Amino acid sequence: MNDLTPTREQRTAALEGMGCKRKRVEDIRFTQGRGNYVDDVKLPGMLHGDFVRSPHPHARVKRIDDSAALKVPGVLAVITAETLKTVNLAWMPTLAGDVQMVLADGKVLFQNQEVAFVVATDRYAADDGINAVIVEYEPLPPLVDPFKAMNADAPVLREDLVGKMSGAHGPRKHDNHIFEWTVGDKDLTDAAFRKAEVTIKEMISYHRTHPSPLETCQCVCSFDKIKGELTIYGTFQAPHVIRTVVSLIAKLPEHKIHVIAPDIGGGFGNKVGAYPGYICAAVASIVTGKPVKWVEDRIENLTATSFARDYHMTTEVAATKEGKVTGLRVHVLADHGAFDACADPSKWPAGFFNIVTGSYDFPTAHLAVDGVYTNKAPGGVAYRCSFRVTEAAYCIERAMDILAQKLNMDPAELRLKNFIKAEQFPYHSALGWEYDSGDYHTAMRKMMETTGYAALRKEQAERRAAFARGETRDIMGLGISFFTEIVGAGPSKNCDILGIAMFDSCEIRMHPTGAGIARVGSKSQGQGHETTWAQIIATEIGIPADNIMVEEGNTDTAPYGLGTYGSRSTPVAGAAIAMAARKIKAKAQMIAAYKLEVHEDDLEFDIDGFRVRGLPEKFMSMKDICWAAYNSVPPGMEPGLEAVSYYDPPNMTYPFGAYLCVMDIDVDTGVYKVRRFYALDDCGTRINPMIIEGQVHGGLTEAFAIAMGQEIRYDEVGNVVTGSFMDFFMPTAVETPHWETDFTVTPSPHHPIGAKGVGESPNVGGVPAFSNAVNDAFSFLGSTHIQMPHDFWRNWKAAKDLGAVA
Amino acid sequence: MIPGPFSYHRPASVADAVKLLVDLGEDARPLAGGHSLVPMMKLRLATPAHLIDLRGIAALKGVSRNGNNLVIGAMTTQHELLASDEVAKSMPILHEAALLIADPQVRYRGTIGGNVANGDPGNDMPALMMTLGATYHLEGAGGARDVAAADFYQGAYFTALEPGEILTSITVPVPAAGHGYAYEKLKRKVGDYATAAAAVVLTMAGGKVATCSIGLTNVHETPLLATDAANAVIGTSLDAATLKKAAAAASAIMSPAADARGPVEYRKHVGGIMVTRALQRAAAIAK
Repeated sequence: MNDLTPTREQRTAALEGMGCKRKRVEDIRFTQGRGNYVDDVKLPGMLHGDFVRSPHPHARVKRIDDSAALKVPGVLAVITAETLKTVNLAWMPTLAGDVQMVLADGKVLFQNQEVAFVVATDRYAADDGINAVIVEYEPLPPLVDPFKAMNADAPVLREDLVGKMSGAHGPRKHDNHIFEWTVGDKDLTDAAFRKAEVTIKEMISYHRTHPSPLETCQCVCSFDKIKGELTIYGTFQAPHVIRTVVSLIAKLPEHKIHVIAPDIGGGFGNKVGAYPGYICAAVASIVTGKPVKWVEDRIENLTATSFARDYHMTTEVAATKEGKVTGLRVHVLADHGAFDACADPSKWPAGFFNIVTGSYDFPTAHLAVDGVYTNKAPGGVAYRCSFRVTEAAYCIERAMDILAQKLNMDPAELRLKNFIKAEQFPYHSALGWEYDSGDYHTAMRKMMETTGYAALRKEQAERRAAFARGETRDIMGLGISFFTEIVGAGPSKNCDILGIAMFDSCEIRMHPTGAGIARVGSKSQGQGHETTWAQIIATEIGIPADNIMVEEGNTDTAPYGLGTYGSRSTPVAGAAIAMAARKIKAKAQMIAAYKLEVHEDDLEFDIDGFRVRGLPEKFMSMKDICWAAYNSVPPGMEPGLEAVSYYDPPNMTYPFGAYLCVMDIDVDTGVYKVRRFYALDDCGTRINPMIIEGQVHGGLTEAFAIAMGQEIRYDEVGNVVTGSFMDFFMPTAVETPHWETDFTVTPSPHHPIGAKGVGESPNVGGVPAFSNAVNDAFSFLGSTHIQMPHDFWRNWKAAKDLGAVA
Repeated sequence: MIPGPFSYHRPASVADAVKLLVDLGEDARPLAGGHSLVPMMKLRLATPAHLIDLRGIAALKGVSRNGNNLVIGAMTTQHELLASDEVAKSMPILHEAALLIADPQVRYRGTIGGNVANGDPGNDMPALMMTLGATYHLEGAGGARDVAAADFYQGAYFTALEPGEILTSITVPVPAAGHGYAYEKLKRKVGDYATAAAAVVLTMAGGKVATCSIGLTNVHETPLLATDAANAVIGTSLDAATLKKAAAAASAIMSPAADARGPVEYRKHVGGIMVTRALQRAAAIAK
């Protein structure tokens, strides 16, 4: 040893492994405009496709005349449902067990539905072609209100399903009914309500909104007639699933389909499903023999590809006088739009909404969800949340505040009284989940202490008195959210997509000089996988993260994975990465034992190599082991150093958090100001604290947008009126509040590195915090529940309805 | 989101621009900053066959002091207004209002001429120009003429501009030294049009309002001068009852459309509040 020998701390730091605030390696290209997105893909002879869309929400298509369009210079083809029928692709299966029109087949069922696909030599000519296609419609009465969908006199939307009184998820009660899904013990729950000392009941709506990623959905399809191979570059959160779906519906051998998801500019659930644009571009490439690009514009993205939420949740809680909850009963009316295109695991028509008991120890609960069709765009994707988890978190967190108000109890105290206790984990919820770990009381108390919760309540009381005296027109609200998520779909016993279990995968190949490549079945859309995945490997095998290249998104090279959504990457792919790394490490140990001439059991792993126990100078670095793997492995061992792992998780993970929003609202204008927002997240083991912080900032900003104004709205005759960022609230840095982040660490007991996932927590937990703050502000004026979104005019209306504004 | 086909012209003088407009007729549209027209073209709600870009005409740019007036070239961008010391010194309300228009990227290209000539009731400058008593200089085939801002607006996107005419400059009287001013704009977010906005320019004498002018943005199909509201505050010290009266008088002439910013009742209500707040702020800084 001399002074130049690095210390243990220096050796650990050099790895930039787990726990390190490593700078995002992908940002070097993203911040310099050197990313490679789908619209950057330009193939020789490439054509451009664009859609003729329906101006009507519900109409019969009488005639499509493409003769003038075909005369527009540059227009090569106009594809309609009739064209697609020749290849049996006029309809496509959805991930939810329904079918969906690719192009209007006899009818249109929502405004901006795809009617015809114009293929031209450039995007301008395609748009000129669109304007020359003549479509004759016979308008039909639109069905906009989901509460009227199952009325006897409701217009029947899906003529293809008339008389089919059973769907993918069981019996249907009406031609506009999709499914009914029930969970829990109804009799026990009803009994709890009969015996209850206190009950509350409220219809809590979570309005329709949209993930609206910066980059819209797009693809380039290129069919090689000679080889019979189809290459698709696309904005796919789950490239392998897309490959399988294309193989099944286009009847192409799966090995002849190459799906490549390059850099993706945000997904948030919008890029999980399959859209008509993908099918049409593929068919157009097959028909023309040329590559065909399809790129959505913003209006198309907001109005036609996958919305989120639109859950209307009638919620009842039973409790004792002292505030101990005794039962939960929820009925959800779910507006799915014209086709059931939810991106949920196949057996879960309402996703994991049965996490709705939240962080609380409900002895019994019952849940029923009815899905209905309306004349709106299809979707129902998990917008930065695990499947329907954000709806569930909003439902229970609002309900707990309403119960606290009824009991005249502080909402923090009510929560502390009903939390699942640390010693109850693993905890079996009344609606069927096994929560892996948690320490809710500690997190809640840390939030209350850090924010000075008691003092804030005192200030609120003083402000209310001042308001009553006419000294101020501002009202103050404190919004608590204590959410529990269920992420990491998922165990094969629970979860599959089209029959494929929801595992994920990693393949690591170490090169002789101590560098390597990791290929993973997940697909980053900006989450920073290239950075964090390398950090897991760095800590596991002792090779610097900088020496590990991470590659995702090419189905020819990446092992089969189910993709990135539902905060599943760290819980599932992250586990596969750790397990593959451990296989590398196990082989490395055998090589090191051979080279150091000791038994494997005499070696211990020490940061970046193996050391002989008791003989600290006998050490072999992982870098040297990599070299040895290619020239001097033990007799009988195959050379090389690579491993593959497919990880089927034993359970979901259950991240949680304690958030507090402090808001002031001017009752005269409805203008609000978020004075403070504190977010404590417990995502188990923290891989890269800086990336976690960034994820929390991003998710909170989305939650702020959703709660305070972001909405996909239809007028009473079915026109979608929020088709641009003028009216679809997309906050800028100016509107976005300042975020304070904090954490506790409760590792997942079943995950190889104890990590739970964090990307979606802030969206899930943030929305109830904002909404509870608004509701808390108004509660002293006599309201129990005000629906989202809480934009300025609605806040003013609430104040007016409560008599606070003349 | 792709415009239809059009021809692009870039004249070097006002005379050439006018000639092109006259020769090409109603299929031609002048192009200033393009922030209203180009989005409409991308939606194919506007389909001009010819765009006559005025950006090559040097004579249309710049801010200059001419006696007691500021003369602003129509192609002066919002950014140039913000960078002008003359504007900041002699007409600070113009600086304040320009800063509330959209975002820096838009202000680099958006022009004051385009803002006032387009006739969009959502634009901020028209009501401000009316409040300041500005005059628009128009040039066409038949020569030049001046039209007061207060007489220019006839309906949404309908103005006193005749076919073939171009708005070339704006003459704005410099308000009296020591005047008070404020532009209060309620908007949902950066880049949004006003839910309601009010411009106030006033002078105070002995603690009472001596002169006052009030303009209103986006609460009617045209920008409005709230004359009754302004008259109601003259001679007062802006006590609570007067402010209430002024807000009511202003709200009485508003007829906004219901949109995502809120229902009619709300937009009128907050329009009155903007008037109240602008009056109070203006009075507070008047000397």
